[in-house]
Amino acid sequence: MFSGFMVSTWTVASIVAVVAGVVGFFVVLRGAAFVADAVPQGAFAGAAGASLLGINTLIGVGVAALLGALGIGWLSRRGRRDVATALALVVMLGLGALFLSFSVQYAPEIYSLLFGEVLGVSATEIAPVAILAALCTGAILLFYRPLLISSLMPELAEARGVRAQRMELLFLIVVALATSLTLPVVGALLIFSLMIGPPAAARSVTDRPLPAMLASVLIALAVVWVSIAAAYETNWPVGFFVGALGAVCYAAGRGWAAIRRHRGGAAWRHGRGARGPSGAQEHGLQAANVRV
Amino acid sequence: MPDLLRLIVEPGFFFSEPVQVALIAGGIVAVVSGIVGSFAVLRGQSYAGHALADISVTGGSASYLVGISPLWGFVGVGVLAAGVMDMIGVQRPRGRDLATGIVRGTGLGLAALFLYWDTTHTSTTGATITILFGSMFTISSSILPVIGVFSVVALGIVAVLYRPLLLSSVAADLAAVRGIRVRLVGAMCLVAIAVAVSLSAMTIGAILSTALLVGPAATGLRLTSRPGLAMTWAAVIGLAATWLGVLLAYDSFYWPPEQHGWPVSFFVVTLIFLFYLLASPVGRRTARRVPAGRPGLAGG
Repeated sequence: MFSGFMVSTWTVASIVAVVAGVVGFFVVLRGAAFVADAVPQGAFAGAAGASLLGINTLIGVGVAALLGALGIGWLSRRGRRDVATALALVVMLGLGALFLSFSVQYAPEIYSLLFGEVLGVSATEIAPVAILAALCTGAILLFYRPLLISSLMPELAEARGVRAQRMELLFLIVVALATSLTLPVVGALLIFSLMIGPPAAARSVTDRPLPAMLASVLIALAVVWVSIAAAYETNWPVGFFVGALGAVCYAAGRGWAAIRRHRGGAAWRHGRGARGPSGAQEHGLQAANVRV
Repeated sequence: MPDLLRLIVEPGFFFSEPVQVALIAGGIVAVVSGIVGSFAVLRGQSYAGHALADISVTGGSASYLVGISPLWGFVGVGVLAAGVMDMIGVQRPRGRDLATGIVRGTGLGLAALFLYWDTTHTSTTGATITILFGSMFTISSSILPVIGVFSVVALGIVAVLYRPLLLSSVAADLAAVRGIRVRLVGAMCLVAIAVAVSLSAMTIGAILSTALLVGPAATGLRLTSRPGLAMTWAAVIGLAATWLGVLLAYDSFYWPPEQHGWPVSFFVVTLIFLFYLLASPVGRRTARRVPAGRPGLAGG
């Protein structure tokens, strides 16, 4: 499992998990699950186009992901966001279908692009993936505060001079970058499982943003490592394990939050006389995730 | 004149059986998707619709494995997933997309596994592509009655619940005050969406399913603020895009590269997108004509 050819797989997968954990944290905060889902799936068209033109898949995926993200941004300025996302997605997929019909790609290769081929990572892929990952996390860390405020409290962000539209664009570009580096590893259809499950679980563990982000990265790493080991042992597609473990994370997070709410509610009821309304207010503020 | 007609419609278009079946099946599915999709767009459930289409693919791949008719796999799993989505809280706006995404991720994970078993245990390598992208020209005519039955089911749910559904979609609080069981109505609407998209995912592929559900409905809601009229527009636009797409795909056999048809889904998606873009200036003009104070629907 840790022999020579698997080393690059472990390296790339770990990088992917860190990026998915960081970017996914903002995906969950902004309630942008559909975007995180549509950009990778649409970027699949880029892979098909790249194989048709005979250029590097990573470049094709990157270009398609960026175009898709910008398209979503452009369309959602003139209509509903979910409609814009759906339309951008289907246009990209339509183009993908066209490219596919022209190329002579074998079905198993397409299957691996969609669902991930963990053993197909070569050592030469480490450098570009690492660069993209650095760009992604760099952008997030650089714009951490404005991005966080505009995600949590759009009105306050506007008042402080943070342009909501610019932040949305930045967020979309980061998602596109994260997509193009995760696509070859976990596959187009399941990237977002990694971007949603771990951060959702992390968010129900703690309300504070930085520890939540850290927890999200750690959970994502655990999910990826377990998935690869299991895929290696069973020879089943890694996408299955990522999807299933993502759901387990989400369910655990929901369960944990419910228990906490139950206990918190009980404590609040017991301490009502002593703490009075200010206690209730504090509790409500914590629940609303306002402690930036 | 015959020459011109011949230039547009390649000879043999209306006499080929695959084309006839594609026109009928695609037409039914387009109309159903347009009408049900209007509610999906109105309720902001485009993502749920898209996710259900993809998840029904899981059912399709499972049915290949078990050996039952794909139809039952598609519709059964689609409705099941709609139930799960409703259970874990898609009716709440906050965290709704998240729950949808989790259900979709799990469903696709299973699809990956089933397709892997399909391709290793039986030698149907093309199954992945067929299931995901669909091909209108390979629908068997024996499936048409079943498509009809499920279409009636989906349209029936929407027709019976029309008024309460509309009110709870536009103003949920008001609907609750009037004694409408918003939760139940929402769940039934999700079931109707699930039936409609799994039906279209099976016949015309998962891509077109989302396109037909969201695109024409959003265009219709842009064109008019009256719900009934918007639904009619959605059905007409979906139907037009589908039939034109089939026609163009049939013609494209003679386009470069030689003797290689372009995929139907590409044409239909492009047409739907063009209709949506064209509708925006028209919609703005009609929206201004609506007298102030009259409650209208928010445009797509």
